[in-house]
Amino acid sequence: MSDLLAVYREHLGEWLPQLIDAAGNTVRMTVLAFILAFIVGLALALIRLSPLAPLRWFASGYIEVMRGIPTLAVLFLIYFGLADFGIIFDAFPAAVLGFGLSGAAYMAEIFRAGIESIHRGQMEAALTVGMTPMAAMRWVILPQALRVVLPPLANFGIALLKDTSVASIISAPELMLRARDLASSSFLPLEVFLLAAAIYLVMSLPVAFLTRRLEARLARGQAHG
Amino acid sequence: MTALLKVVDLHKSFGATEVIKGVNLDVAPGETITVIGPSGSGKTTLLRCINYLERPTSGHVYIADRLIGETWDGKQFRSVGDRELAKERTEMGMVFQRFNLWPHLSALDNVTLGPIRVLKQSPEQARAEGRALLEKVGLGHKADEYPERLSGGQQQRVAIARALAMQPKLLLFDEPTSALDPELIGEVLNVMRTLAREGRTMLVVTHEMRFAQDAADRVIFMDHGVIVEEGPPRQLFGQPQHARTREFLRQVVER
Amino acid sequence: MLFWERFRDNLPYFLEVLIPAAGMTVRISAGAFVLAIVVGLALALLQTMRMALITLVVRAYIELVRGTPVLAQLFILYFGLTQVGIRFTPVQAAIIGLGFNGGAYLAEVFRSGIESIHRGQMEAALTVGMTPMAAMRWVILPQALTVVAPPTTNYSIALLKDTAIVSAVAAPEIMFKARNLVMETYLSAQIYLLVAIMYLGMSLVLSWVSRRLERRLAVSRSISDETVTFA
Repeated sequence: MSDLLAVYREHLGEWLPQLIDAAGNTVRMTVLAFILAFIVGLALALIRLSPLAPLRWFASGYIEVMRGIPTLAVLFLIYFGLADFGIIFDAFPAAVLGFGLSGAAYMAEIFRAGIESIHRGQMEAALTVGMTPMAAMRWVILPQALRVVLPPLANFGIALLKDTSVASIISAPELMLRARDLASSSFLPLEVFLLAAAIYLVMSLPVAFLTRRLEARLARGQAHG
Repeated sequence: MTALLKVVDLHKSFGATEVIKGVNLDVAPGETITVIGPSGSGKTTLLRCINYLERPTSGHVYIADRLIGETWDGKQFRSVGDRELAKERTEMGMVFQRFNLWPHLSALDNVTLGPIRVLKQSPEQARAEGRALLEKVGLGHKADEYPERLSGGQQQRVAIARALAMQPKLLLFDEPTSALDPELIGEVLNVMRTLAREGRTMLVVTHEMRFAQDAADRVIFMDHGVIVEEGPPRQLFGQPQHARTREFLRQVVER
Repeated sequence: MLFWERFRDNLPYFLEVLIPAAGMTVRISAGAFVLAIVVGLALALLQTMRMALITLVVRAYIELVRGTPVLAQLFILYFGLTQVGIRFTPVQAAIIGLGFNGGAYLAEVFRSGIESIHRGQMEAALTVGMTPMAAMRWVILPQALTVVAPPTTNYSIALLKDTAIVSAVAAPEIMFKARNLVMETYLSAQIYLLVAIMYLGMSLVLSWVSRRLERRLAVSRSISDETVTFA
């Protein structure tokens, strides 16, 4: 234990700035991938409700496939696989694309659950005042569904933050990659990775706590609703 | 042994609220006692303190002169461990307001789980005795049914058989008919009347005044955590001594 | 198309390498799954004991493990612990890392499953003279099983996919062997496509098995009949 503290006293000044700099990339990657997953996921969820069967099948198929493949495999396909066809991505964009497209499948499921949780009567009431289904979605269902999906979305975001560490395997410039470099150059993997883990913890825990409180508050609200 | 159940100066508080404020009670073997009183009077809590589902804040409980939930180590009272408490609880059976039958087990299995796992009876013996008990409560033909397919009254009767299967010295009933539809109350009360007639020692918290009048040897009226008055049914219902007793009985009759 | 013709020609060789690797993937998943269940159950039961210190330690462990990436935990186990003289093989590190990580996740699943069982069930069991532990064994856990089955089987599917990450500590499973294959043949697109198909196939099979298991657990009560009558 005392060795640990000694190592940190000696190296913290050198390691921390580098890791925090890389953590900035991690956050950036998470945010971009989240936005991509949100947009594509919402689109998929809405397409799933389409009256056109082929469109529904496409959306369902996409979701099934993406949920059955590890995100790492998707990353490899985009970063290495597409290069065979002349489509070349840098590691960071490849990672954003990979996490975004893969995450879209989970987002679609979250949205579906949220939409379905809104009582059928809400849609029917909207239709009876003369709205089209699309308008009803826009003004009545989705606004309510958004409140319901907030906790699962937040949890997804937190998980995504930690999953970006996998992008280190394709050498995308984020926290884990920097940690690996430092670990191998310093020959002190234990201290370096513990520090990196601590930084992830610091990034994720506050959001996790807030999300749990949000969940609790929403649950109480539902009970009285 | 004079009293089968002896409750000495029982107090129970939940946080800052004192729910039982000094209750003393003696129940002789074979006595059927009903406890009546308004909601919040502490009657259910009293029952739950007797078998230590709730731990009393102070006071003592004795079954057949045996101290329940605590031991005296010469200097002070110490709480007793889980295993010892479990053994002590085999002396007391309890029937709950909401039956609490185990849904993943058939009626017969509900009755025999205790004898097999706690009393270590052989399954054959337990099942034979279990069937006999179910017959006794009128449900021999439902032995292999699951609780979800039984009516409330039937479930409660299975619960009574389950309590009897452990051969307890004392039976505790916590508002056994309050959660039942009116037409199902009778079948449960009839079983209880039979048990009372057989000389079982029973402590029954109930709102069923007719049962209290017919089957009880003694009626206890509780209010605000204390025993206000007690006596034979004819006396308590006929000539209540205390104003609060009279007030309560008047409200009950008016319903 | 030329791509598919080449793919078909290379398939036998790819499969020769990747199918044994798939066996390793399954082995690692199974090992980690069992470990996760054991750890998760232990942590959940510890929390039911309602002792403040134990609950605190358990919760701290869960927060720590769930708040950090699995990859970091694997690296600490595989690389980090060598500094204190503990040397795991890649497969050992994979199973231990994924298992303890999963245990923290399942602990929550099991705990809420146990708590979802009405308190009256426990009280009735105590009333017939069972200790709290016996009540857990015969009354609470059998009922909790039906409740926790769906999230647990969903976890098993996620676990199967997560094994891809252990390629980073050189465990010889599908992803690792695939990368080697690519370094040898340079046929990234074909190989990673095959990898995706293999994972998809395994996930779908596991998914199908899970749904059937859940259905059996929900319907079947005879399980508990047997446990009660055969002493």
